[in-house]
Amino acid sequence: MPVHAYTPDYNGEVRDRVGNFHGNQIVYLGWDHHLMFCAAFAFPVPPTLTFRLLRDEVMVEGFEPHPEWSRIDWDRATWLLNGQVFEPQLDVALIDQGIDHKSLLRFQTPDLKGFQDAGV
Amino acid sequence: MAAKKLSLKDKYSLLTRDLDWEFSYQDRKEAFPFEEFEGIKITDWSKWEDPFRLTMDAYWKYQAEKEKKLYAIFDAFAQNNGQLNVSDPRYVNAIKLFLTGISPQEYQAHQGFAHIGRQYGGVGARVACQMQSLDELRHVQTQVHAMSHYNKFFDGFQNWSHMQDRVWYLSVPTSFFHDARSAGPFEFLVAIGFSFEYVLTNLLFVPFMSGAAYNGDMATVTFGFSAQSDEARHMTLGLEVIKFLLEQHEDNVPIVQKWIDKWFWRGTRLLSLVGMMMDYMLPNKVMSWQEAWEIYFEEAGGALFKDLARYGITMPKYAELVEKEKEHVSHQTWWTFYTHGHAAGFHTWIPTDEELDWLSEKYPNTFDKYYRPRWELARKLEAEGKRFYTKALPQLCTTCQIPMLFTEMDDPTQISYRDTVYKGERYHFCSDGCCDIFNDEPEKFVQSWLPVHQIFQGNCGGPGVEQVLGEYYKMNLGADNLDIKGSPDEKRWKQWKGVA
Repeated sequence: MPVHAYTPDYNGEVRDRVGNFHGNQIVYLGWDHHLMFCAAFAFPVPPTLTFRLLRDEVMVEGFEPHPEWSRIDWDRATWLLNGQVFEPQLDVALIDQGIDHKSLLRFQTPDLKGFQDAGV
Repeated sequence: MAAKKLSLKDKYSLLTRDLDWEFSYQDRKEAFPFEEFEGIKITDWSKWEDPFRLTMDAYWKYQAEKEKKLYAIFDAFAQNNGQLNVSDPRYVNAIKLFLTGISPQEYQAHQGFAHIGRQYGGVGARVACQMQSLDELRHVQTQVHAMSHYNKFFDGFQNWSHMQDRVWYLSVPTSFFHDARSAGPFEFLVAIGFSFEYVLTNLLFVPFMSGAAYNGDMATVTFGFSAQSDEARHMTLGLEVIKFLLEQHEDNVPIVQKWIDKWFWRGTRLLSLVGMMMDYMLPNKVMSWQEAWEIYFEEAGGALFKDLARYGITMPKYAELVEKEKEHVSHQTWWTFYTHGHAAGFHTWIPTDEELDWLSEKYPNTFDKYYRPRWELARKLEAEGKRFYTKALPQLCTTCQIPMLFTEMDDPTQISYRDTVYKGERYHFCSDGCCDIFNDEPEKFVQSWLPVHQIFQGNCGGPGVEQVLGEYYKMNLGADNLDIKGSPDEKRWKQWKGVA
């Protein structure tokens, strides 16, 4: 339903378009059932970054303080990209495997249930 | 010869309704250009019942009396070093949150009511809005004056107006009011006058003012009393506007219902801040957030919506979800601030043993299961010398601008994610409520000034978070922010009290 505006054909400026991020795009990363981190993180990264660098260098910055981070077996972790099951290709650029601006990547580590097994 | 003294009735009529005039050579529509675009139909403005029954001269006299008493108490509070009588220095952080989060919104309410107080075709509504506009201006002034005394003794009070439209968590209340003020005059009045002032205001004022009373803060209590009679008038206006709009034309019903749904949802998201204040920031607690919600929304609001049912108005959408969230949101919100304590303009802390037990008792279904473990992890890390401050920046909801910290009520350790694609861009939301609001008016919300994205775009200084906090937000790093443990606030308090 269109906005009810006094000005005809009102259309606000899209503040978060990818061109405003100086060559980067935003990727959100959330670790399901690990609420030591109150929310998913937002990272500005080049679209050409490989998934391996995203996982091993960028994500570390946010997730590393979690006591279970170093115990993740990435071969057993599962991923969702914008709600769809996703198989990351480690040495392919983000944008070439469909991870575009403001994509949400969630990962699940079913063997690790968070601090005190409480989803923390 | 005219009577020297007008009767009350004559005076009332002359100073309110009689201020209007017939338009003989101008088009009334051009004089009130914002009155129709929202789709609201007004057939007869004379049916508007003045909610205040107050004329401007009486208003000035009445408010002046209240100011006199109020400022006498502020003076006494200052002269007697009232700051030393608060329960605990942690308490002062609740009023830092009030001054930075709420007071600037009183000013926005003043601006909003001043604007719509010009825009209605009916003089009764115009006069009522002008008075409320003045009230709101008075509130921001008296709040600033009440709290300025604390600014001499505690950190974090000094840059509230600068911070208002910059700091990540202050964008939540600020954008709430920007949304209302950029709407049409009827939506503004349903948003602020009804949904906020009438339905939800008790959940803001009662907790803060009772919290002040329970924690020895006479200045804030007195301000609260002084504002209370204004708030009562504002509630009357909020109710009048709803009844008036619903009685004017049946086509108004679905529009009003949509606004109630929207602003109830936006209001409850905003009140997450009050929930955490009640459950975590008040050293002497008044009641839990859950109890406050039950008394002030479920009981009082339930009765109100039963009354409105005869107009075809139903309970706000998602009220049943909030009934579940009341057992979670305060814990989730304070955890967010605790873990972002380096980026907050007030201090944060881990609850004491007694406080953890109080939370277990008040939240028997949720606290021990979901939230106590977070505090045990925080304690463990603190004991290891690794007080946890999160390093990366959080994903924010496009509508409410709160970090996406809310969880699924049927799976409370899973973050609730919603998204939508509009004109090829993906937008993220914390809830169906926030997603619905966007989908209804995407042209408006694509402009959302999300602090995390603005930092990444380089619009908030930088390059690092330290520069954003220190230079762009103007926080005094090491004094305003971080844990209360070891803070200058805590050190000074101990010196004043003569404890090591």
